[in-house]
Parts: sequence; structure tokens; C-alpha cells
Amino acid sequence: MEDALLARRALARQRWARWLAHAALGLGVLVFAFPIWITLVGSTHDAATIGRGDVPLLPGGQALENYATAWNSGGGTLRGNPAAGMLLNSAIMALLIAAGKIAISLLSAYAVVFFRFPLRMAAFWTIFITLMLPVEVRIIPTYQVIVNLDLFNSFTGLTLPLIASATATLLFRQFFLTIPDEYVEAAQLDGAGPLRFFRDILLPLSVTNIAALGVILFIYGWNQYLWPLLIINDRSMQTIVVGLAKMIGNGDSQNEWNTIMATAVLAMTPPVLVVVLMQRWFIKGLTETEK
Amino acid sequence: MDRKVIFKGRALPLLLLLPQLAVTLVFFIWPAAMAVWQSLLQQDAFGLSTEFVGLENFAEVVADPAWRGAAANTAVFASSVAMLALGVALFLAVQADKAIRGQRFYRTMLIWPYAVAPAISAVLWLFLFHPSIGLIGRALNAAGVLWDYQLNGSQAMLLVVIASAWKQVSYNFIFFLAGLQSIPKSVLEAAAIDGARPLRRFWTVVFPLLSPTTFFLLVVNLVYAFFDTFGVIHALTKGGPGKATETLIYKVYVDGVDNLNLGSSAAQSVLLMVFVIALTVVQFRFVERRVHY
Repeated sequence: MEDALLARRALARQRWARWLAHAALGLGVLVFAFPIWITLVGSTHDAATIGRGDVPLLPGGQALENYATAWNSGGGTLRGNPAAGMLLNSAIMALLIAAGKIAISLLSAYAVVFFRFPLRMAAFWTIFITLMLPVEVRIIPTYQVIVNLDLFNSFTGLTLPLIASATATLLFRQFFLTIPDEYVEAAQLDGAGPLRFFRDILLPLSVTNIAALGVILFIYGWNQYLWPLLIINDRSMQTIVVGLAKMIGNGDSQNEWNTIMATAVLAMTPPVLVVVLMQRWFIKGLTETEK
Repeated sequence: MDRKVIFKGRALPLLLLLPQLAVTLVFFIWPAAMAVWQSLLQQDAFGLSTEFVGLENFAEVVADPAWRGAAANTAVFASSVAMLALGVALFLAVQADKAIRGQRFYRTMLIWPYAVAPAISAVLWLFLFHPSIGLIGRALNAAGVLWDYQLNGSQAMLLVVIASAWKQVSYNFIFFLAGLQSIPKSVLEAAAIDGARPLRRFWTVVFPLLSPTTFFLLVVNLVYAFFDTFGVIHALTKGGPGKATETLIYKVYVDGVDNLNLGSSAAQSVLLMVFVIALTVVQFRFVERRVHY
């Protein structure tokens, strides 16, 4: 009798706890999605409605016009700077950064793990130090280097300084250390040289790690702000994140908010899609690069 | 840890390292050295002559009330962002860890803000909190709160904190959830059998077991709040109103890029660099050892 009562009480408490968990998570999801919802809604109304401050909670009928304006001609201070071009610039920047970081990190991790040579550890520590020098703390001198090398307003100047990567090198080094010696011995027995081993054995084994890292680095590249702000002043090379922030100006009510909101949606769609669609790799990449 | 079986050759590995080392030397080590060098120099007002002034720039920076103000702002900003982002993420992760249905759905819905750039996060929150076009901004004003983040410094700070923390919760959530799921169920059951209530179980068993994750995330969040939030502040408040939301990194940018005060900007950069190096060392030296259960 007593036991049955206790058991029933425990069950009830569990059900109550589960219900609370759902409520809390549901609320969390709503709070997280709310700013996006308002932006989506805003991008479907006309500028006057938003300017008056009457942002409704439901979508309006201006979506096509707003997105067409944003895509083809841009709005606000960036009239004549269509989102299509800025999206392309962002995509080029993000892909160059991701591919560059992965390529040079794979090579250097391979050199550090599979060879013995003088100054090996010195090279490793030189790469490691970059971890402590985010671009934000060396803004002006790095900018001067770019100007001296005549790389201002170029994709090279935009991406090259960002592709050194201690985290990617560390991740690949960690992974290479787990590869069984037998693989190397077998390759050597078959007469495969180091480059052959790298291409035919190491690269295929690294595919998952490359994909996981690629997702993280693509987002890192796409979301760059300070560096493009400094290095690009040619309007045709503007990236979408910086371009969007410039549209806002000082946040006047008279801005063409509908076009700006449409541009905001366009600017966040690619990285959000990458995270949602490649969720497994994204989480793997995130949890393995940081540690 | 080293491999036993290796390839022979000296030129090849150096060649493989060359791209990474070249980029590191040209764009990291050299500029960092230049920052240190410039921080010891002073230019006259016309940029005609430069003289070596030793640590004078540092003394000036540290004594400057504007820098101290920025340091105070940064302390308030960074600790608020870290606390808010960690607190909310831990709470949500604990809820998601209770074996309930729809876990995957909740996870997907909570992690995507990670993909939103800080500057875009600023724009999204501006749409909500703008005093005349924002839904919440207008509601606040209608309710009698004088809300205008463009005039009121504390409100501006609150807004940049929210916009910065919102995005970072996703990241923390993923790590907290992974940390919670790696806690053996038997430990929790043992505590339950001993009669510990859920809340007590959390603070005496779960939270201590999570401490390595929490400490790691604290460092990451502080670094995020110090550096990556430049976009939030630049897009939302430009350091204003007045200097209410000017953080250290924003001041480096303003002094170097807008005011062209290279010596001072470099000295500020070097101070920040020392801070990052200290944080990194702390993270690598103590993360695994000190914070334990």
C-alpha cells in the first residue's frame, strides 16, 4: 500500500518534471526565434508600415518586391550595391578562408607528426602562438603590412592573413597521432613515398575531420567583420555582413527597413542552413576543435 | 607524444610547413612585433618625426580616464555576457538532458543562432528594441519606460549585452549538453537513492562534475566578449551614446583607425595581447588540473 503510493508519487513528480522541461525548452526556442521571426515579418511589409512603428506580428504581402529590391539594387545608403554581389563576395571569402586554413593545416600537421627534422618543435610553437594573437589585437600593424604588400581591396588581402590556424593544425596533429604505425609500415613496404602516403591514405582517412572543420571554418569566414571593414572599401567587393551593418547607419526611423530586413535574412540564410543541414559535422567540429 | 614510425627527409617537411609558417610570420608575428615596437614610439602631431619614448605610451594609456572608462565598460560587458550566456545555456541544457521526447528538435532550434554573425545579431535586436520602429522598444515607451538606447547609456549597454549573449548561448548549450550526457547515470541514481532531491542533486553532484566544462566555457566566453563582439558594438551603438558602450577593443579601433593615434593604439593592443596570452596560458595550464571534482 505504502509502496504503491510512493511509486505513484514518484511517477507524478517525473511527469511534472518532464512537463516543466518541455515548457522551459519551448520558451527558450521561442525567445531564440523571436528576433528572426520579426525580421522575417518585417521583410514582407512596406517601408512606411515599419517606419510608422506598426510592425505586425504576421507577414504582409510585400515579400517579393522587398527581396527583389535587396537582391537587385540594395537599399538605404547601399543603393546600387545589390545583395547578390555581396553574397557572392561573402561566399568567396568564406570558402577561401575555410579551404586555405584546412589545406595549410593538413600540410603542417603532416610535417610535424610524420617527420623528424631540426627546429620541428620551434615550427610547431610558432604556429601555436597564433592562437594568442587574434586579428583584433594587431589591427593597425597587420593593416600596414597589407598596404605595404599592395593587397588592399583584394581577396588575397582579405583572406590570406586569416588562414593561419593553430586550432586546425592541432586538431589534425591529434588525429594523425592516432593513426596506427602499421599503415605507415605497409605503405613503406609497398614502396609508397611520403607524398603518396599523404594523398592515398591520410587524406581519405581525414575526410570526416575535414568536413567537420570545414563547417566551422565556413561560418567563421562568412561572419568576419572587422577585417573586411578595414581591408575593403571598394563597393563592388563589399561582403554582406559589413554591407548590412552599413545600411543601418545610425539607425534612423526613415531607413528603408523592409529592404534592410530582407538583406538581413539573405545574409544569415547560408550559414544557418549550413549549421542546420550539417548538424552532426558541425557539432563534431565544434567540440573537437575547442580542446 | 611522438610517432615511432616516420618518414625520412628534411627538405620535404620544411616545404610542407612553409605556407603556414610564411603566413604566420608575415601576418602574425611581424605585426605583433610591430605593435610592440610602435607602442614604444611617439609621433608628433604632423607625423613628421618619430621618437623613442619607452613605456610612456603605456603610462599615458593606463592613466587616461577614457581608457579606464573603456576598461570598466569591458569588465561590465564581458562579465554580463558570460554570465547571461552561461546561465541560460546551462539551464536549457539541463532541461534538454532530462530524457524527454523531441530532444533533437530542441537542439536544432537552439543551436542555429551560432551561425548568425555578431553584427547581424545586433541588427536583429535593433529591430526589436528600436525606440520608434521596434516592437519591444515601442511597447516599453508605451508602458511609460523612457526607452531609447541611442540616448541612454545603460540601456545601450543592456542591448549590446543581450545581442552578444543571445548568439553565444548556442555554443555553450552544445558543450553543456555534451558534458551532462557524459555524466554516468549510475552516479545520479546513487544520489537519488540516498534521498537527494533533484535540485540538491544538481548542485552537489552534477554541477561539480561539470566544472571542467564550465571553466573552459568561461574562458571562451570571455575571449568572445572581449574580441568577437566588435561587430555587435560597431553595428549597434558605435561605442555610444557618449562612450557608454566603448570597450577596449573598440577603443583600439577608434584610436588607431579614426584618430590615427598609432602609438597609443599600439600600446592598447599590446595590453590586450598580454591579456589574451595570460588567458590562454591559464586555460592550458589549469583547465585539466585545477578544476576537478
